[in-house]
Amino acid sequence: MPDTPTKTYDLLLRRRSTLIIAAVGAAVLGGGLTLVLWPWIKPLLSAQSTFSILLMVAGIGILLSAFAICTLAERKIAGFVQDRRGPNRVGFWGLFQPVADGLKFLLKEDFIPARADRPVFLLAPCIALVVSLLGFAIIPWAGEIHWPWMPAGHTVSTQVASINVGVLYLLATGSLSVYAVVLAGWASNNKYAHFGGLRATAQMLSYEVPLGLGLLCVLLACGTLRLEEIVQQQAASGVWNVFLHPLAFLLVLISTFAETNRTPFDLAEAEQELVGGFHTEYSSMKFAMFFIGEYTHMITASALMVALFFGGWAPLPFGGFLADSTAWGWALVKFGIYAGKVSLFIGFFMLIRWTIPRFRFDQLMRLAWKGLVPIGMAMVVGSGVLVALERERNVFWSLVVNVALLSAALGVARLSKQEITGRQANMPEIEVGPV
Amino acid sequence: MRDEDVLVLEEPKLSAAERMYLPQIMTGLRTTLRHMFNLRNRDAVVREYPEQKRELRLDNYRGVHRLNRDPDGRVACVACFMCSTACPADCIHIEAAESPWPDREKYPVKFDIDELRCIYCGMCEEACPVDAIELTPHFELVGTTRAEMIFDKEKLLNIYDQTKDLKPRKNPPITDYGLTGGQDREVARPNAHTTT
Repeated sequence: MPDTPTKTYDLLLRRRSTLIIAAVGAAVLGGGLTLVLWPWIKPLLSAQSTFSILLMVAGIGILLSAFAICTLAERKIAGFVQDRRGPNRVGFWGLFQPVADGLKFLLKEDFIPARADRPVFLLAPCIALVVSLLGFAIIPWAGEIHWPWMPAGHTVSTQVASINVGVLYLLATGSLSVYAVVLAGWASNNKYAHFGGLRATAQMLSYEVPLGLGLLCVLLACGTLRLEEIVQQQAASGVWNVFLHPLAFLLVLISTFAETNRTPFDLAEAEQELVGGFHTEYSSMKFAMFFIGEYTHMITASALMVALFFGGWAPLPFGGFLADSTAWGWALVKFGIYAGKVSLFIGFFMLIRWTIPRFRFDQLMRLAWKGLVPIGMAMVVGSGVLVALERERNVFWSLVVNVALLSAALGVARLSKQEITGRQANMPEIEVGPV
Repeated sequence: MRDEDVLVLEEPKLSAAERMYLPQIMTGLRTTLRHMFNLRNRDAVVREYPEQKRELRLDNYRGVHRLNRDPDGRVACVACFMCSTACPADCIHIEAAESPWPDREKYPVKFDIDELRCIYCGMCEEACPVDAIELTPHFELVGTTRAEMIFDKEKLLNIYDQTKDLKPRKNPPITDYGLTGGQDREVARPNAHTTT
């Protein structure tokens, strides 16, 4: 049968040179503009308030492009794990796929169901997007910067806001995202969406507890809520918190999966059971906003875990490199290291999605309340004892406590009749009737 | 089935390590990572479809239909309605008329197949007593309207003209239907199914 002729723009897009020309063009344009405007940019960079605003603008730009890359990465990793190639049609190696997706979202019909609760229906995606962006304010991307034209001893912080309740602020904004899901589920006037919203509420409320307990262990040991100080401590001492609190890290990691609604805890949008869950009725850009919200939440959560457990911008888990450097060049390197660690985490999130099947709802609840919360409480006690004995920065004693807790948990798991998954003791017997 | 044939299996008890889930998750991660970085396996499996096409089995792939022509170039169909009777999707529509040729009684004036209704089961091909309808290995059917996807006699004959070199007729065509005292039908079709 006759072949369809290939379109010219298609050929252009799929060539590697198109991509290179576009990248070089963007770099030249941006660089030229910066050079021309440099005298005006300079004072903006050296005052913390204006620098924060610049960071915000740049941050949102970086975040949204990171989101675009994430959607492509998700599909690519999904493809690779399943022995496929993933999207590879739009642009060289599929790199323009996010652009095509974005165009599709913009051009789709923006549909609101007739019986939906209109204001709430419109509010929900806005909450999802805004709340997930809020968390970025306190991520210490690259420590302090001393610009060459600034007076000696003065620095600006590469953090939009340095607030004294740091981690608590992240927890608070993070748990606000449950409103987006619940309101979306409620306003859609759809049973599936409603179920999705209900599931999300119970799930997020439950997993806030082990998340908080896990964070508490670290915060107890660090003695501060400011993320930049926690990172600075790890960078200076050269001991990442993950070596001091491996169990707490596991707890926080698992809870983060639940908080961000990712597999194996994506019950709120379980496609197989609930069609699409809370976003069943959403289309076009409103759906895209949920989508952006989910990925940004994932990036924030990864950034939080990197700051708390993996030393933020500290390059190596020993030696204390770069701890006192404030040159802007090093700041770029630090940002690169931080971003690299965050992308590793996001890759892990995506890999887990294709590795573990979804929990059933009762298993999910049992895992939180009967598994994670007791361990978390025991860990807080252990961590408190270490702090009281002033051994909280000692890797050996921390590991002793962690191993003791883990073996205790294993022992309890061995003894208990209740399993998290599988058939429960209180379930009725299976009756085999006449066949 | 008898009651004693039913085997009730107990769920296996999980060991302590399995109840912690983490070792099992590590095993799972190893599997997914192995697949992720196994480029050789991926290259062996993946076909870039429009550029690289699968090699289909020409003899039994069930793609779009064709109406065969006899050696004189006439439609081979004798409008017996066997295919439309056998069709489970009810997608074959035939209108018969008296044949203008001396060697058969009827021929189809209309022979329409709704390719959107068709489930490509090949029952029509099985049912046809004169091997007039056959499925071809061509599967790339595209149309922008539903009406366009109802293939008429001309189109189906045209598909025969396009695919006859790729996939020749399975059996030698029947040239004589016993009306003019030619060859016996069973002899002409050595591979014909014997029906009881």
